[in-house]
Amino acid sequence: MTRRALWSAAGLVLLAVSIALAITVGPADIAVVEVWRTVLAHLVQGERVLSPIRDGIIWHLRLPRTLLAAVCGAGLAVCGVVLQSLLRNPLADPFVLGVSSGASTGAVLVVVLGVGGGAVSLSAGAFAGAVLSFGLVLTLSHALGGQLDRVVLCGVAAMQLFSALTSFIVLTSADAETTRGVLFWLLGSLSSASWTEVAIAAAVLAVTLVVCLGHGRALDAFAFGEDSAAALGVPVARVRLALLCVTALLTAVLVSSSGAIGFVGLVLPHAARVFAGSGHARLLPASALAGAIFLVWVDTLARSVLQPQEIPVGVLTSLIGVPAFVLILYRTRSRR
Amino acid sequence: MTLSADRVVRTAAGHLILDGVSLDCAPGATIGLLGPNGAGKSTLLRVLAGLLPTSSGVVTLDGKPLPDTRRGEVARRVAVVEQQVDTQVDLSVLDVVRLGRIPHRRAWAAPTARDAEAVADALAATRLTDRAGQSWHTLSGGERQRVQLARALAQQPRELLLDEPTNHLDIAHQLDLLALVTALPTTTVIALHDLNLAAMYCDHVAVLRQGRVAAAGTPEEVFTEALIAEVYGVRTRITTPDGRLHIRFLGTAR
Repeated sequence: MTRRALWSAAGLVLLAVSIALAITVGPADIAVVEVWRTVLAHLVQGERVLSPIRDGIIWHLRLPRTLLAAVCGAGLAVCGVVLQSLLRNPLADPFVLGVSSGASTGAVLVVVLGVGGGAVSLSAGAFAGAVLSFGLVLTLSHALGGQLDRVVLCGVAAMQLFSALTSFIVLTSADAETTRGVLFWLLGSLSSASWTEVAIAAAVLAVTLVVCLGHGRALDAFAFGEDSAAALGVPVARVRLALLCVTALLTAVLVSSSGAIGFVGLVLPHAARVFAGSGHARLLPASALAGAIFLVWVDTLARSVLQPQEIPVGVLTSLIGVPAFVLILYRTRSRR
Repeated sequence: MTLSADRVVRTAAGHLILDGVSLDCAPGATIGLLGPNGAGKSTLLRVLAGLLPTSSGVVTLDGKPLPDTRRGEVARRVAVVEQQVDTQVDLSVLDVVRLGRIPHRRAWAAPTARDAEAVADALAATRLTDRAGQSWHTLSGGERQRVQLARALAQQPRELLLDEPTNHLDIAHQLDLLALVTALPTTTVIALHDLNLAAMYCDHVAVLRQGRVAAAGTPEEVFTEALIAEVYGVRTRITTPDGRLHIRFLGTAR
């Protein structure tokens, strides 16, 4: 217990340090100490040291963006852990049930075709599309018998369908500028982060984490399949539905604020297993922390390496993450 | 009182799998389920465990119908060892055995000393104590079966259901596992293929044929040359040298 508390504390400190360092990086040349003093001035009463514009860069651009990166990284990793366990598939990620493709269709309906007449934002359209797509997958897989493989197959089918719809709408109706904008969002970007988005995403993440940790034993029990879980006293149908719904909701919220950031939800759970083991009481918080720290740093790189141009963070997560992941797998190969 | 099935019928996709099976288990007894492939042994075990619903008829635990009992409560009483399970997850022997404590643990609570004790006892009973750290994926089929049995023992069940646990085990491991299981104080229902092993280790046997109980009673009452010829289509010579039932197979009846 003390060792576990120590690790958690170390992870939290590392995350806090990462965030504190990440907000000092950016095109506006602001001294490190002034960045921190600005944040402190906002958090506790203090004297504003910077001009309103530079103050705004810190408080309304860099900090919410970095926090959203942390929340997204944590949320995607947690969803990945839960779905890999529930679906008994190491290739499962938060997008496997069609949530991201549905979101992209919803987004292009709003941005390209102007559905909602300007009253609906891209995020709202994406969220509606994500929830609709997940609902479709759930209903369809239930109608087809509700076995696990049906759920996965329906998810893959929905993913293909909505991706095709998105491409169709973009290619037939969008001009070059809109297409580029949509593509950028689809690949995942945290550039539109606001405090509202951070607050919503963090709240949904907190609820999801509590629900998933509360079902930690049940998730462990799924290791040998649904029958074994049932024989260990898990009400399989109820637990599966509840966990699929909370993770889909969290994924929908994350995708609607930052696009479909790949890799994190697929690979961070595997990386976290290497040092936290496969018991979910430890794996869930470990994945959340690892995902948060990972995405904070990758997003910092994404917005700074090619200044003034920004790389979509989803592109960079894979470019950096894949070699790192291969290295981890290589170092642990002797365990099997 | 313990587990019992009363006129259980189970149909799946239009096929009749169990056709009015009744089974009473004496507390602490070892009951063997026998019968040809597809006779309904596995389905009956799964129905007894509450993993499959009945189409009609009822399974009761201490007189209370299983569907009216919470899953967690059933799992604290009844443990199941399935045929050949596997996992993608990287688990050690100890991790797998610890799964058996899930029904006894509360949400949010860390494992207690009682949990640790039950796991240690289960490992010791199956002689796996010094293998606790080994990865599941490096185990042989027989070792995996033993680990699953240890997991079931960690549940501290009063009823233990095993589906052909001796499959893929060499004869020494078969005898070893059956001796261990039958010595337990639990009420044990065990699906078996080997009639001689059933005669050696079971207090009671039930022979299933096409979803019905063809015969039930002590091995001596049930295993007759006529019944085996009728159910399996196999000619046998049954003798009782030194008082123990010995079934010698002569060939198929054709």
